[in-house]
Amino acid sequence: MDRTSSSSIPVAASGRSFVPDARIPGGPIEQKWAKAKFEMRLVNPANKRKYKVIVVGSGLAGGAAAATLAELGYDVACFCFQDSPRRAHSIAAQGGINAAKNYQNDGDSVHRLFYDTVKGGDFRAREANVHRLAEVSVDIIDQCAAMGVPFAREYGGTLANRSFGGAQVSRTFYARGQTGQQLLLGVYSALSRQIGAGKVRMFSRTEMLDVVVDNGRAVGIIVRDLVTGEISSHAAHAVVLATGGYGNVFFLSTNAKGCNVTSTYRAFKRGAGFANPCFTQIHPTCIPVSGDYQSKLTLMSESLRNDGRVWVPRKASDCKLHPDKIADEDRDYYLERKYPSFGNLSPRDIASRAAKEQCDDGRGVGPGGRGVYLDFRDAIARDGEDRVREKYGNLFDMYERITGENPYRVPMRIYPAVHYTMGGLWVDYHLQTTIPGLFCLGEANFSDHGANRLGASALMQGLADGYFIISYTLGHYLAGVASSSLTSSTAPAFADAERAVKQRLDRLMAVKGNRSVDSFHKELGQVLWEDCGMARTKGSLEHALTAIPKLREQFWRDVSILGGRDSFNQSLEKAGRVADFLEFAELMCKDALVREESCGGHYRVEHQVEGEAKRDDQNFCHVAVWEHTGDETPPARHTEPLAFENVKLATRSYK
Amino acid sequence: MSDSHEELDLTLHVWRQPDRAAPGKMVAYKVTGVSTHASFLEMLDILNEQLVARGEEPVAFDHDCREGICGMCSLMINGRPHGGMRATTTCQLHMRFFKNGDEIWIEPWRAHAFPVIKDLCVDRTAFDKVISIGGFVSANCGSAPDANDLLVPKEAADRAMDAAACIGCGACVAACPNGSAMLFVAAKLSHLHHLPQGQPERLARTGAMVSAMDEAGFGACSNHYECEAACPKDISRDVIAELNRDYARSAFVHRERANKADGSG
Ligand SMILES: Cc1cc2nc3c(=O)[nH]c(=O)nc-3n(C[C@H](O)[C@H](O)[C@H](O)COP(=O)(O)OP(=O)(O)OC[C@H]3O[C@@H](n4cnc5c(N)ncnc54)[C@H](O)[C@@H]3O)c2cc1C
Ligand code: FES
Repeated sequence: MDRTSSSSIPVAASGRSFVPDARIPGGPIEQKWAKAKFEMRLVNPANKRKYKVIVVGSGLAGGAAAATLAELGYDVACFCFQDSPRRAHSIAAQGGINAAKNYQNDGDSVHRLFYDTVKGGDFRAREANVHRLAEVSVDIIDQCAAMGVPFAREYGGTLANRSFGGAQVSRTFYARGQTGQQLLLGVYSALSRQIGAGKVRMFSRTEMLDVVVDNGRAVGIIVRDLVTGEISSHAAHAVVLATGGYGNVFFLSTNAKGCNVTSTYRAFKRGAGFANPCFTQIHPTCIPVSGDYQSKLTLMSESLRNDGRVWVPRKASDCKLHPDKIADEDRDYYLERKYPSFGNLSPRDIASRAAKEQCDDGRGVGPGGRGVYLDFRDAIARDGEDRVREKYGNLFDMYERITGENPYRVPMRIYPAVHYTMGGLWVDYHLQTTIPGLFCLGEANFSDHGANRLGASALMQGLADGYFIISYTLGHYLAGVASSSLTSSTAPAFADAERAVKQRLDRLMAVKGNRSVDSFHKELGQVLWEDCGMARTKGSLEHALTAIPKLREQFWRDVSILGGRDSFNQSLEKAGRVADFLEFAELMCKDALVREESCGGHYRVEHQVEGEAKRDDQNFCHVAVWEHTGDETPPARHTEPLAFENVKLATRSYK
Repeated sequence: MSDSHEELDLTLHVWRQPDRAAPGKMVAYKVTGVSTHASFLEMLDILNEQLVARGEEPVAFDHDCREGICGMCSLMINGRPHGGMRATTTCQLHMRFFKNGDEIWIEPWRAHAFPVIKDLCVDRTAFDKVISIGGFVSANCGSAPDANDLLVPKEAADRAMDAAACIGCGACVAACPNGSAMLFVAAKLSHLHHLPQGQPERLARTGAMVSAMDEAGFGACSNHYECEAACPKDISRDVIAELNRDYARSAFVHRERANKADGSG
């Protein structure tokens, strides 16, 4: 059930017309995926090469999908904006990847991983998807090991594990502090093998600028060659978007600089539903902002919270003292105090908000009082500096390089930063969007993490989607499409979309204003961080909803893009992305405004009990799915109700 | 990072080249008010903001993660790849290592196999080509045994990981007087060859990747080891010795195979 909020956002009475059936198989949760796999249609092996598939993105999700679909025999084209598929943002993941292997014999199981993920997501994810994710998690580790991913090992040669934010079992696999890099290099190697074999055509330094929809189906994409500026059309029987998250809408985030919302937002404008855009994750352990030249924020893996203890001075007057001068009884280990059973391992949203509270209370440390300590003193005393170096050496080095301080001697200073986006394109159980033939994988979709993602679960989801799910569900779709039905890339639908893309680029070039693209992006980021960040109120969101359109209008009047349209032009690339962020930001704030509850990363100050988030299952136990209704009309909000049949809806407590 | 920081005024000499075909040249710029806490790329951001404000086209440079892992950033800084600080990429280099009034020379990677696309950006697809010839284990998705069925001694996993840390930035090639990609190729081989998973294709992979490296336009290795000094991930020259050992054997195996194939072996 929906309620129209005081603002004038139209809310559809029923989701049925826009949001299709999610195609969740019947039967007990443990059997749904097996049943679905068995019931899926197959494409005859000899016919597979007649099907063209476009995969946009070469991260864990897209790279794994492109490689796997090519192994199966499909004719695949893969696109990424970096100069090589190996550089997708997945490369930056540090901490690890979860899997329900129970190698440590500590009580883990598929069901427990499922349970933890549903609960961690604050009951805003679809049970069936999450269970499938937990099931295939074990296959992911097998596949990665077989491809030569150098996971950490015990002396006996078995795989090592560690426990990771929010989990009480050790189910996280890792490769030093470079797990994402090693998993992505595994994916890249599989993809390269298919490129070498001529089964995947790879388009690097190529940006997708639109999806082409014809007769209600996705039939291709429009791209810009970032080196030559050339715009071209690519046709396919199906399009898979795996373009990552939109955290950079905040300008400052832990994401790589190129991460953007363009592909999913363009799909939204072509009719794909956008789900829960306001569900963004703020990560508790990042290096604090040091000045206005700051271009990104660096994450310190939360695996550090296994051994580091988080504290602030008990007295505000101690905040300027050297930490060594503050006696134990004058330190407030606030996570251990507030959440005795999870302590420093409390989930991200909780740990982030707690840090903000301490700083708002005047007890923050470092420049501007926006930081808390993450202290390894006790771990070093207990295990020795060498052991700590072995586990976290590269992270400590990274910290020292950025801050000029040695964390073996002085506690690290950390502060929350935007990190991950749970929202994304709505997909059904088959990972298909509301547009038939358009699929969405990885961080770009909304499906598995609800309102908060647990640590080490994004890598798992990306690889689950790319290696083990899309290979079945895409086949099922293609089996119902004639291979002869390929829309020609010279058909009117393509010509129209190409023209629109070119016109938009021309419009951007024609502004010839005075302000740099970055200056607009920074300003947008500040608005969102203040108004739609860790704590949101009706007032702050309404403020954002007046500020954003104004900023957008200024952007289109005063942005300065030098250079040409038909050549390598990084300002133009950025301008296109920022123009999309400027529209998307409004959707995010609208979503946050209507969701009058607190859940996971979405914290509405009005909805709390003694500082803890207060969910409203009566009114908001659903996915919000937004429909684009036109450039001049407001988007419409539809819903997909969520049913919890296996994990009982309960207030999340980590006390 | 203390509350205190200085601001630097610098003179930059930057390589400007409009596209692949056009000639390039060094252009001098003043950049002012750079905080010592800023990173090198943030310093270039500041320069670009100042250029845009003056109506001049900003300098193109590659970057993405800005935390030393994606391998997208590059730059010869004062003649040294990534600025020459040990185990540090350009994006991790911070301005506290420069002094007020410094002159800094900034150029793209210079190597036959890495043509300049624009200003400081080069084309490194030659690396991707070499990997696509053999930088993988041929294991289709779905064919894997349980991960713990194949034990890997911790030392082997650690050695593999040391080599696998390569970010494919190309500093080794830029540093090499011959423009050789030996450290890059050897690191990939060392990663796979310390693991049991890499053994079945070991010699074939070595032979194929070395040939692919030559074909992609990289020069030959004549043991200068400038690559090791330039590597932001501290990859050891030892991997090159490992490669050479396997390469000798691969040439032999290759001959044997060729002989068998034409029936004479
Ligand atoms: C610093 C950091 C650390 C993290 N650590 C962990 C961790 O320890 N464990 C964990 O589970 N998760 C972690 N995460 C989250 C995780 O890394 C990401 O959610 C995940 O890797 C996303 O993978 P993806 O394949 O969906 O997208 P990405 O890896 O972001 O790939 C996106 C791809 O899409 C392409 N692309 C995007 N837009 C376009 C366009 N318009 N046209 C063409 N191509 C486009 C890009 O080129 C790229 O190839 C971390 C994230 C960050 C930022
Ligand atoms: S920008 Fe990624 S390594 Fe420097």
